[in-house]
Amino acid sequence: MNDMKFTRRSFLQVSTSAAGGLMIGVHFPGMVAAEGHGAAAEINAWLTIDPNNIVSIVTPQTEMGQGAFTAVPMMVAEELDIPWENVRHVFADANRHVNNDNLYTTTSTGGSTTVSRRHPYMMQAGASARERLRAAAAEAWHVPVEAVTAKQGWLTAQHEEQGTIQATYGEMAAAAAQITLEEEPAIKEYGDWWLLGNDVPRLDVPLKTNGTATYPIDVEVPGMVYAAAMACPVPEGKLVSYDFDAVKDMPGVIAAVELEQTKDVPAFTDLRSGVAIVAESWYQAKNALAVMPIEWDYGRGASISTESQDAEARQLLAQPGTLVLDEDGNIGKNRDKGVNHDAVYGLIEASDRQVIGEIYHRPFETHATMMPPCAVADVKDDRVDVWTFTQDIARSLNEVADQLGRDTTNVFLHQTYLGGGFGGGYNMDVHRQAAAISAAVGRPVKVIRSREEDIAQDSQRPPIWGTYKASLGDDGLPEALAVHVVGEEKFPVFTQRSNADMPYLIPNRRHEYSVVQSHIPIGYHRAPGANSNSFFTEQMVDELAQAGGWDPLEWRLKLTEGHEPWQRVLKAMKEKSGWTTDMPRGEGMGCAIVDSHGTIAGCVATVAVSRRGQIFIDKLDFYINSGYVINPLAAREQAESSAIWELSHAMFGGLVIRDGRIVNTNFDSYPMMKIADTPPEIDVHLEMSEDQWWGGLGEPTGPPTPPAVANAIFYATGTRIRSTPMAQAEL
Amino acid sequence: MAITLNINGEDHEIDADPQMPLLWAIREKAGLNGTKFGCGIAQCGACTVIVDGNAVRSCNTPVAAASGKAIRTIESVSENNDHPVQLAWQELTVPQCGYCQSGQIMSAVALLEKSPDPSDNEIDKAMAGNICRCGTYPRIRAAIHRAAELSKG
Repeated sequence: MNDMKFTRRSFLQVSTSAAGGLMIGVHFPGMVAAEGHGAAAEINAWLTIDPNNIVSIVTPQTEMGQGAFTAVPMMVAEELDIPWENVRHVFADANRHVNNDNLYTTTSTGGSTTVSRRHPYMMQAGASARERLRAAAAEAWHVPVEAVTAKQGWLTAQHEEQGTIQATYGEMAAAAAQITLEEEPAIKEYGDWWLLGNDVPRLDVPLKTNGTATYPIDVEVPGMVYAAAMACPVPEGKLVSYDFDAVKDMPGVIAAVELEQTKDVPAFTDLRSGVAIVAESWYQAKNALAVMPIEWDYGRGASISTESQDAEARQLLAQPGTLVLDEDGNIGKNRDKGVNHDAVYGLIEASDRQVIGEIYHRPFETHATMMPPCAVADVKDDRVDVWTFTQDIARSLNEVADQLGRDTTNVFLHQTYLGGGFGGGYNMDVHRQAAAISAAVGRPVKVIRSREEDIAQDSQRPPIWGTYKASLGDDGLPEALAVHVVGEEKFPVFTQRSNADMPYLIPNRRHEYSVVQSHIPIGYHRAPGANSNSFFTEQMVDELAQAGGWDPLEWRLKLTEGHEPWQRVLKAMKEKSGWTTDMPRGEGMGCAIVDSHGTIAGCVATVAVSRRGQIFIDKLDFYINSGYVINPLAAREQAESSAIWELSHAMFGGLVIRDGRIVNTNFDSYPMMKIADTPPEIDVHLEMSEDQWWGGLGEPTGPPTPPAVANAIFYATGTRIRSTPMAQAEL
Repeated sequence: MAITLNINGEDHEIDADPQMPLLWAIREKAGLNGTKFGCGIAQCGACTVIVDGNAVRSCNTPVAAASGKAIRTIESVSENNDHPVQLAWQELTVPQCGYCQSGQIMSAVALLEKSPDPSDNEIDKAMAGNICRCGTYPRIRAAIHRAAELSKG
């Protein structure tokens, strides 16, 4: 099932639960490389079986709609063999984690890794608990352990004299806590599952149909006041002065608090220079802040705009960039060891079948989680309590302690549901704001960001500009390809790698990158890198196919020959989608396929374009290969969700920067996809290889969707859309 | 100034600026947190409540304009989370992060009260003011049709 090497006993800690049952702690070995982001690497969890036969599972990852609070319990329940109704999810204790040598090892939630990377450990916890229960029963009943079955919460054995003996897991849990196994059991092979692989509705759904799920914005503390905060509207800029006297007599206003930036250029989660107004009501705080005179030093960002970055990027594309190579001197992952990058330009120049690409562009995009960033902090002399928007409870706890200069032992950060995450819960300073303000006014404070402040201050998804040159061989397939992508200076890795990792076998190719100056903070954004870059590469592929006289789907099949996971998806796209490039004018089909988060996702889009140029996306078909899937229902939900997420940006999004500040900061100027814009048909086909690898499912359908739609629009109209938002394209 | 708001059949006396948006009266004064803040300019629908039978964005409805009217929030939809819309939402696992869903459900409840078996076009129109960043729209559409079926019994 997996080739992860770990000593089973080394990560299990067995003890007695508070209620007198069995508690198993799972200590996960290092998986730094697998994380896909800079946070500490591993997770850990606790499984408790109480005497009432209720199994509680602590998941230190956060639930933001992606299903972590259901997936983790499923993996445990599979091995434990307990009815699903007996399973409960429990919030994790961040304080205990931080102050006990990172008890859960990591609390980070991102990169579509909760199932893909952690299933062996969760399943092991369930299996090890089950075997202890069997051993305890065998001891109690004086039968060999082989005679005891553990099934659906019941231990059963046939006794020579007593006949059938039964006990619930709960009844045997205390005894099981005393058992030492000689050897921990192996986990189940794929195919032996009874629960995994079935559609299981998420446990948090009912809480979210009657308004009872608690988000940070819903937390109330006695004596709490409200704050509206503002950081410099030009990122990296600083507060010079503010005139509190001008607003201090406004209704409900209590205080102004200056937010002091401790670092010259703040890292993504440092407190940014700004000011907050505290009032009896958030409405009063927001109104006072809006009219308080404030002076800022805007810094270098004031001379940067969408236009200036675009001009700089186009200049950079006209020059050579830096060659992208991995640490072993290879281009791309897995497939292209030994690809020749030195010969590329010579081959293209000498060729009489050149293809010279135009410039593709995706702008900055923002998270705009439905809950604007919000935090509640109650800072007292002897303890600090915090509830906040975070995708990593331990990291945020440490940041609050750092902000206040407190020891982490007295800082308590309480997990809540998140009103969306999408990576936005990583590079966030709202909990630092709440802590600083509560400390300053000596009262519990709830900080709510206005939507305008959220979008102005968010860590955005970076823009890209890209172009290419190629030469074709006699068969019409590329013999040489040179790609150049421009990103921004703060997080260039997004730009560097994603294109280089494309799987197509082209014997001579090189990938170059450059960066524009940028002061805008950057963050993870549901499929970082792959989303913007694929809009370029998967349209480039269609242009190359067309130039060589190839059907674009056949081209992709040909250039991934021998690569089974890709072939499986591409063949399904060809066979199941009704694929054709021969449609009446105004109608078209387009395809795209992208590998992200270990999962290959293909999209076939069917569109119609009206005579007046309006785009109708009639159908999106997805074909997904993540190796295995534990909950097909959740996989389909996430596939629909990440496709619509990314289509929303591609059709309607795009942040605009003027004089250093983002100017479209609410949904009137940064529009979102609505129900009427949603394709009437979205079908998700799970095409699993079931072959020794596990990919993530929270993000991968996003990246192929916009290029598939753009390719379809090309076949419908003959016009290629090379920048977004596509709804503004002239067709 | 003292204003009386009738929320979920109960009168709440609040002391507030008459221009204060109804959303903050519901959340901060009446203590009902199911109704959410999303944009403050009636563009996302997270704050949707039903006022005298109409779906209304409470984030830009002044309390003065809601006084004397029947205000209904998510908390009033059913005692046991079993209104046909809630049941359909659960059956089709509509919510993901869930933050927008109180507003989505209130818009859907208002729609079905006026049009018990809505067409796709009616759904598009009635739900046009509600954004879902998780993109649960296909499931919302299916769940409204399912709720219409469940209501017929």
